[in-house]
Amino acid sequence: MLRIPFISLSRRSVSDVDSKDRRPLQPVVTLTRIVRVVLLLLSAFLIVSIVSLVTGPGDVSPLFLARRLFSVFQGAEAGLDPSEKTILLSIRLPRILFAGIVGAALSAAGVVFQAVLRNPLADPYILGISGGAAVGAIIGILIGAGAVPFGIAGLAFLGALLTIITIFGIAGTRTDSQTNTLLLTGVIINAFFSAVIMFLISISSSDRLHSVFFWLMGDLSLAENGEILFTGLFLLAGFIVMILHARSLNLLLTGEETAMQLGVDVEKTKKILLVTASMTTAAAVSVSGTIGFVGLIIPHLLRLTLGPDHRLLLPAAVLFGASFLAMADTIARSVMAPVELPVGVITALCGAPYFIYLLYRRTV
Amino acid sequence: MSILQADNISFSYNGAPVLRDVSFAVQTGDFVGLIGPNGTGKTTLLNLIDGILRLQEGMIRIHGVPVHQMKRDALARIVAVVPQETPMIFPFLVQEVVLMGRAPHLGKWRFEGEKDLAIVNRAMAMTDTLALAGRSMNRLSGGERQRVLIARALAQEPQLMLLDEPTASLDIRHQVEFFNLIKTLNMTQGLTVIAVTHDINLASLYCDRIILLKEGRIQVAGRPVEVITEEHIQAVYETPVMVDRHPITDLPRVTPKSEYPSETGSR
Repeated sequence: MLRIPFISLSRRSVSDVDSKDRRPLQPVVTLTRIVRVVLLLLSAFLIVSIVSLVTGPGDVSPLFLARRLFSVFQGAEAGLDPSEKTILLSIRLPRILFAGIVGAALSAAGVVFQAVLRNPLADPYILGISGGAAVGAIIGILIGAGAVPFGIAGLAFLGALLTIITIFGIAGTRTDSQTNTLLLTGVIINAFFSAVIMFLISISSSDRLHSVFFWLMGDLSLAENGEILFTGLFLLAGFIVMILHARSLNLLLTGEETAMQLGVDVEKTKKILLVTASMTTAAAVSVSGTIGFVGLIIPHLLRLTLGPDHRLLLPAAVLFGASFLAMADTIARSVMAPVELPVGVITALCGAPYFIYLLYRRTV
Repeated sequence: MSILQADNISFSYNGAPVLRDVSFAVQTGDFVGLIGPNGTGKTTLLNLIDGILRLQEGMIRIHGVPVHQMKRDALARIVAVVPQETPMIFPFLVQEVVLMGRAPHLGKWRFEGEKDLAIVNRAMAMTDTLALAGRSMNRLSGGERQRVLIARALAQEPQLMLLDEPTASLDIRHQVEFFNLIKTLNMTQGLTVIAVTHDINLASLYCDRIILLKEGRIQVAGRPVEVITEEHIQAVYETPVMVDRHPITDLPRVTPKSEYPSETGSR
């Protein structure tokens, strides 16, 4: 797993006010610190992107690319030939962007779900949105909707939307106790959709099964440029809503009554945030399949490193989630090349042991 | 001028009445104690004042404005609450929690400025929590956490402070320190206080006025000497008690009567 040294940015150095040498009180999260963390994580994503660009089968090996770049710097009339250009700019670059967008969307949605549901085990799929999307996608695969642009992704998104409407129709988003109602509804809906998925799999012809399984494990290889743009727009809109509610999210973490007493319109805020996180999840999952663990692990990892303040946590989750999934996807498509693994396999293989490690350190 | 005016409040949970026709007014600078047996509607009353529960019948006004018409952040700039406990699944640092008290003044996303830091610094100095600033909220003792929550409430710069059994989990030293601090703020800053408490003797020592609730109704309200009498306390709590005067303050003092004869009293 990709680890970035945060030492100089960890909140201890900023805030551990010793009683002996008491400095004047400084806010833990300042704009300066946010900018520093964002720049650091942005460069991490750039590094991951470069690594990913030069990794993989095809003619564009790292050594080759380095030599090319070197000759460009020497002023030689280098330029890539058309096939190299295609591999780099039409195949690998969109895919890096796509993995980044999906990873960012899942991480941001995970942060919001954990805070609003006040449950460390919450992830973007906890309300059953992924189940709804999966049913839509599998139906799409079975009826051959892949031949139409947006066919499978469109049906998956429709399934996710119907699930969101159903859940909030049943459970609503009001008051403390209904947070549990919402969680339980999500669990039940997930169980119900699992049954539907099993049924659909059992009646599938074997030539479609491979696609179905790849979708269920998370697959970034099929995306069209239009779908990438679609998810990117949802991520952008979702992130803007989330970051505008960053302070309300902080207050919600201290309990709904406290948040109200500190001036948050809790019912309205919860509704807005749950719907936003759900829509962001729906947009990501319907184009990429159910990629697990990203939306669960990244929020925890960053909270442990940067603290729980959402003004810092949300932008960090977007950028680190993007880097993490882009890296995982690079591994997925290159480690057993020319065979491509579903990226969900890599995220779960990295994520599960790490999560258990966190649990046993009792830091979750 | 009354800061709080409550008229004919009735409230029920799913048809079970909790408050019945409760009316009272609180003057600016008052220290009011709200006492009564368990389940008698004290916390419900507080939650109606801070707008967490929706009013069903009657009217609560703060500075003449109905509470249910005020926006949440406007209300939070006037009323602060010190809760019994604050759940933390992802723990913030102490100073972050106190800074949250500035939220109603900052709106959705403005960053804390010099003025906010100065206010928070003062609130933490008053509550003796500056040394805890960099500690995590879930690494504090009950008394420390309570002081942090007062600091957060003070950072709101409220005019009215609501305390919901704030000393329930504190030992006697921290109980007294807590009430001394609140009383100091009440006397020096003109902070109006409404405190729900089970400790009748602390209420007697610190409150200017006491409201005694029984089954959702105001049994009696007035100065401690008027409210805390054997007659009233026994009628409301249905328990034999002895009420005498505190030897130093001359305020009423309640002692429960045991049903068992004392074996050590004659020694």
